[in-house]
Amino acid sequence: MSENKNPEVLLKVENLKKHFTPHMGLAASLGKARKVIKAVDGITFDIKKGEIFALIGESGSGKTTTGKLVMKLIEPTSGTMVFDGEDVTSIAKKQLEAYRRKVQMIFQDPYASMNPRFKIRDVLEEPLSIHRIEGDRARHDEMIVKALEEVKITPPEEFMTRFPHMLSGGQRQRVATARTLILNPKMLVADEPVSMIDLSTRAEILHMMKDVQRDLGLTYLYITHDLSTARYFADRIAVMYLGRIVEMGPADMIIDKPLHPYTKALIDAVPEPESGKVDVIKELPISGEIPSPANIPAGCRFHTRCPYATDECKTLPEPELEDIGGGHMHACRRWKEI
Amino acid sequence: MDKILEVKNLKLYYHTSKGVVKALDDVTFDLYKGETLGLVGESGCGKTTTGTALLRMPTAPGRYDGGQILIDGRDIIPLPEKEVRKNVRWEEVAMVFQGAMNCLTPVYTIGKQMLETLQEHRDMEKEQAEELIREYLGLVGLPGEVMKRYPHELSGGMKQRVVIATALFLKPKFVILDEPTTALDVIVQAQIINLLKKLKKTFDLSFIFITHDLALEAEVADRICVMYAGKIAELGTNAQIFGKQGPMHPYTEKLLAATPRLHRKVESLSFIPGTPPDLIDPPKGCRFNPRCHKVMDRCYVEEPPLKEVEPGHMVACWRLEK
Repeated sequence: MSENKNPEVLLKVENLKKHFTPHMGLAASLGKARKVIKAVDGITFDIKKGEIFALIGESGSGKTTTGKLVMKLIEPTSGTMVFDGEDVTSIAKKQLEAYRRKVQMIFQDPYASMNPRFKIRDVLEEPLSIHRIEGDRARHDEMIVKALEEVKITPPEEFMTRFPHMLSGGQRQRVATARTLILNPKMLVADEPVSMIDLSTRAEILHMMKDVQRDLGLTYLYITHDLSTARYFADRIAVMYLGRIVEMGPADMIIDKPLHPYTKALIDAVPEPESGKVDVIKELPISGEIPSPANIPAGCRFHTRCPYATDECKTLPEPELEDIGGGHMHACRRWKEI
Repeated sequence: MDKILEVKNLKLYYHTSKGVVKALDDVTFDLYKGETLGLVGESGCGKTTTGTALLRMPTAPGRYDGGQILIDGRDIIPLPEKEVRKNVRWEEVAMVFQGAMNCLTPVYTIGKQMLETLQEHRDMEKEQAEELIREYLGLVGLPGEVMKRYPHELSGGMKQRVVIATALFLKPKFVILDEPTTALDVIVQAQIINLLKKLKKTFDLSFIFITHDLALEAEVADRICVMYAGKIAELGTNAQIFGKQGPMHPYTEKLLAATPRLHRKVESLSFIPGTPPDLIDPPKGCRFNPRCHKVMDRCYVEEPPLKEVEPGHMVACWRLEK
């Protein structure tokens, strides 16, 4: 078991796997072997203190499952997770509570993540009662006001008496962020925190999250399918495909000098607001859609969609992540030629 | 080019217990044959309301309070519902609703669901109808055997293709697409956009493409109509909005600035502070005045009219008055 000796690293994930075995009817289970869904299939990364680390991928790439594993909402099949020097791969319920105080989550849907019958004050007090944070009502109010001020909800006293439906999407996501901050966490897991917010105010929420991160020295795991916000928001990006990381490195390097054909395809597919493209059919380097994680292709798992795949890619074992310097890693054996 | 749709001074109000919500207020635009018109704006600006209004099915308690919708010269607003069902909806105008791919019923095969639409409108033998369905599935890049599949067996992109095929096979004069790619991943989104471009070219089709994403409009729309608070703020060609000169309405400028660009590294992304106004009691004067960065005294007094500032480019802003 590897102990984290580097004080810089907050979360260290090694060869983490999560395989799901679906329930089958009796007849079906007699007939054929159970299909295992390999949602996360051996990923290794670490997140440094004060860093914003983005996980990017299409639906079905395993990014949300990774987020749940980090939150310890589900148990990994194998692999290790070390948080702040402590092995948290399988911890007892009591320690889990302490862990959750340190690692908090911002959900995708600001409308669904709040009890509609709770006033904002109650929404924010709930984590305090769940974690049995000492203090009377006045002390709690003080903490709530502080958290709301942190996310620029002003005046906080006025908002505390409102119900969630009286807030705009952006304000709700601010309150959701305040709710995570109230426990003084070290790390936040944000799963698509702005995908349901209007484009015009998305940047406002990202600015707020970045300010909070700077002010409080927080660490983020940012999960998204949106490369543009990841580039602006994150320090480092890891690109996931079918449960594996295929490329990882500093955000600018990944966007400006992608090495893996999948990353290149993702970048090419992003529309840019410029004229002169209406009558042009966009060249897409890869075709088809992501295969099912229940049926992962042999060899390099991307070979079925890769325009550069050779026989080697289909038959030889899967390439591991390789560092080419500056922390830029990729898992493609033909990266030099393409 | 032939004008196939003329919307003239369309007013659609929601009569609620709290007051009258002016969801569409004096909206005027045209659609030409073989053209894609983009409707863009934030949530609550009237994009989807425009779509359902053109289908002659405004969401309750919405009511037409004036204006005309002329399809090939015929106003569809006063038509009896029976006539609309028989000869307008799906025959002349079709719509792919937001999230339509999730509206396929899980208990019937794709073929059966498509057949239902077809038999409602056409007297056709089953074999003949199935032949037609197969042909249209082919057009959207799906194999004929998809007919035998159930929705859960298809991916999001495939379902979206099925919905597009269903909208097309009665040969409508134009198709309204409401956020057709929002729930899809970037690569699948690009595939669907390519498909729409091919269909448009091959069949000289017309589309109204509704989205909140300006970058997507730059990909698909010949002309772009920017809506704000139930009104048209700016309407111009792709080159006028996305070209060198850039848009002229402060709202479009802000919207464009807030659109993230992958290949341009910026220190900070810009955004539009505040939210679109309450349409029961919109701000006096220009409706954008509380959020505008170029606001003048006149903007608080009078509402600016939509005026042509150069051929084909309409803007509703007092700043452009000389």
